[in-house]
Amino acid sequence: MTAELLLWCVAALLATGAAGLLLHRRPMASAAVYAASLAITAAALTISARALLSPASLNGVISLPLGLPWLGTHFKVDALSAFFLLVINVGGAMASLFALGYGRHEETPGRVLPFFPAFLAGMNAVLLAADAFTFLFAWEFMSLSSWALVMAHHRRAGNAAAGYLYLLMASFGTLALLLAFGLLAGPSGAYDFAAIRQMPPAAAVSAVVLVLALIGAGSKAGLVPLHVWLPLAHPAAPTHVSALMSGVMTKVAVYGFVRIVFDLLGPPTWWWGAVVPFIGGITAVMGVLYALLQNDLKRLLAYSTVENIGIIFVGLGLALAFEANEMQAAAALAFTAALLHVFNHSLFKSLLFFGAGAVLSSTGERDMDRLGGLIHRMPRTAFAFLIGSAAISALPPFNGFVSEWLTFQAILLSPTLPQWLLKFLVPAVGALLALAAALAGACFVKAFGFTFLGRPRSDIAREAADTDRWSIAGMFILAALCLVAGILPGYFIDALGPVIEAMTGASLPRQEQLDWLTIVPIAQSRSSYNGLLVFFFIVLSASLAAEAIHRWASAAVRRSAPWDCGFPDSSPATQYSPGSFSQPIRRVFGSVLFRAHEEVQMPPPGDASPARLQVRLRDLPWDVIYAPMARAVAYCAERVNALQFLTIRGYLTLVFSALVVLLMVLAIWQ
Amino acid sequence: MITPLAFDVAHLFAGSLVLVSFMLLYQDRMTGLVNTFALHALVVSFSVAWQAYIQQAPHLYITAAIALGIKAIVIPVVLHRMIVRLGIHRTIEPVVGVGLTMLAGIGLIALSIMVMLPITAQAGTLAREDLAFALSVILLGLLMMISRRNAVSQVIGFMSIENGLILAATGAKGMPLVVEISVAFSILVALIVIGIFLFRIRERFETVDIHLLHEHRGEQP
Repeated sequence: MTAELLLWCVAALLATGAAGLLLHRRPMASAAVYAASLAITAAALTISARALLSPASLNGVISLPLGLPWLGTHFKVDALSAFFLLVINVGGAMASLFALGYGRHEETPGRVLPFFPAFLAGMNAVLLAADAFTFLFAWEFMSLSSWALVMAHHRRAGNAAAGYLYLLMASFGTLALLLAFGLLAGPSGAYDFAAIRQMPPAAAVSAVVLVLALIGAGSKAGLVPLHVWLPLAHPAAPTHVSALMSGVMTKVAVYGFVRIVFDLLGPPTWWWGAVVPFIGGITAVMGVLYALLQNDLKRLLAYSTVENIGIIFVGLGLALAFEANEMQAAAALAFTAALLHVFNHSLFKSLLFFGAGAVLSSTGERDMDRLGGLIHRMPRTAFAFLIGSAAISALPPFNGFVSEWLTFQAILLSPTLPQWLLKFLVPAVGALLALAAALAGACFVKAFGFTFLGRPRSDIAREAADTDRWSIAGMFILAALCLVAGILPGYFIDALGPVIEAMTGASLPRQEQLDWLTIVPIAQSRSSYNGLLVFFFIVLSASLAAEAIHRWASAAVRRSAPWDCGFPDSSPATQYSPGSFSQPIRRVFGSVLFRAHEEVQMPPPGDASPARLQVRLRDLPWDVIYAPMARAVAYCAERVNALQFLTIRGYLTLVFSALVVLLMVLAIWQ
Repeated sequence: MITPLAFDVAHLFAGSLVLVSFMLLYQDRMTGLVNTFALHALVVSFSVAWQAYIQQAPHLYITAAIALGIKAIVIPVVLHRMIVRLGIHRTIEPVVGVGLTMLAGIGLIALSIMVMLPITAQAGTLAREDLAFALSVILLGLLMMISRRNAVSQVIGFMSIENGLILAATGAKGMPLVVEISVAFSILVALIVIGIFLFRIRERFETVDIHLLHEHRGEQP
């Protein structure tokens, strides 16, 4: 019943997309399409939430006579897909709500309205799929519809290149997934998930499938070094789509990885638990370092997505390590941490993108060098963005803290692992994660500080106005969810119970009957966290401090200008700039990780023009992996190109020698 | 059941066809080449007629008649007239290294026997030998097409490939007549098209050496 209802939702979204295609010239088309998307995703959200809370109500597989004739298409909702459906439809509903206001500024609605509901439909279909063909078809549908959205503003500089790169990486990832499913299906070609589960592959084959799943899902999620397309393509799309791609589509990729590796692949081997957290840790640190160096607000957020995907994969990898050693409780903890972070990241990343979108729509700027002081002009957006920044920086009492804290709890259990490699590696990954968390804090100090604080750096920022009420509503709902998930994490952990149980064979102890809404993941003796108490403490101490300052300190302040607070010149250019903020980090990591190159151009003596400091940064994986690969492909293509210009006899000779070689192979091979 | 004599005669015809294919390879005059091709077609038609006799398949007589009428008589006559009209009947075509071409041909026959005999282990003896010979004729025809420069020689190489296909098809029992007729007609059409094409090339470039065509292609690297 659940799967059936959700399939109707998918169909309704596709119909909305078709309607958008037909009606996009009408003045009310934008509002109608987004309102329909909002209603449908809200319905899907309710259905999947009910499915997650009462997993017993989920029943069998629905087969439709579509697709390959001997296979058909199969759809099924289980606890895992119910959870991810919930995540996706929360993000989808909020993006639709935000777009009710934001979409009015769209100059080419015909390029967005048909694809937005189709994109949502594709993501839902991936989660509903219960056989490899349907999964891959929906996956590709999702990729292509999001590609169309990335290309919505294709004339803007760089967008066409971003779209091309995205298409290339998406095809590559789908190819890897196709091969993975081919190996899983085995020689008999059993593409049904239920049939794959029946016969787990041999150890060598499962290792290859793991690598292919890492490549396939990782290229969509943005694991380093497959992340290169993400910071280009995510910001290129309209903002509500950026939020969906960053906050939600990367989660579909995580779902693909979990479905293949935890569900279909059979019991893990211990070294999987070394590879996956290692890649996750590297991804987290690289992602946040890149984020910290960006001056483009949306690109900063896209790089920060790479970081959070790293954190999620660390959790998933630890779950694999513990599960391989039959430490089910610890595996359940790590898996809970990863899934909770999936949920949390979808909330605050959507929120932050909405904030960036609000700034973009009222100022037309994404460059933080030209923003500033917006807290006075856009107070409500600033407040919501601040909450999102605190949540993504893992500050209590918000939700980001809970999931990262749980990840660290899982890392602290690593000394009990029997393998020495893991004993050494996992704490190192923990150190990477701690570094990433600290840098994420710095990164969002930068994002919030330079966008909303200080003095406006351009006229357009000086005259900005706060955004419309639909967008504000979307942001505030997400901010409220961040807070609720932060102070009442026990309920969310309990709701995840069936998913964890199904994937790792154990689940965390029930949290809801504990006193004062504390969460205690392992045992009372280890550690516990009480979001509510922290929240009350923060509220109380902050109010008292504010009261004290206003009562005693402010009253004593007299206005005077003896020293101008370091701003004798009133030009906003004298302020600390985003580039200056990240300069120490750039200097520390610059020469190795970013191949940073700084150059000071002094004007000749007597010339009054200003000196210029030029900084050039390179993406290391791009230089080390992609550029040589592109050169190799170009070289081969050029060599093969000569085949286009043979004589008739040349072609005949080619065919003849190919025939003779094949015949010889046949003769020898027998 | 095939008697030893019937087998031997069929074998003789198939073997002669391979021999005539070799003869095609070392002809260096246009007229000689066309005459040898007529011989090639004649041998094919005998071979097909013999197959019709031993398989008691009367429709194969029609195939044989078509081969005899069109390929052994009409096409050689047309080619002779074409050669005369093009004024290349005295041309000595440089065959690139007769010795080398013949050696390559021997290698191809060895290859086709090595390929064919193991895979057709279940088939009857006659069919096996026939298939091996037919593959040799096809490969020799291809070799001829790539070792000659003149367009007329290429047409002849192409048609000798077709003779090889007929040999293969009649050796295996029961190729429908329709297929044979359509193949024969397509060969005839190909001859006409190529013939017209040859005169057009000749008018435009005053030669039928296809190497010179290459310089007139639209796209160049």
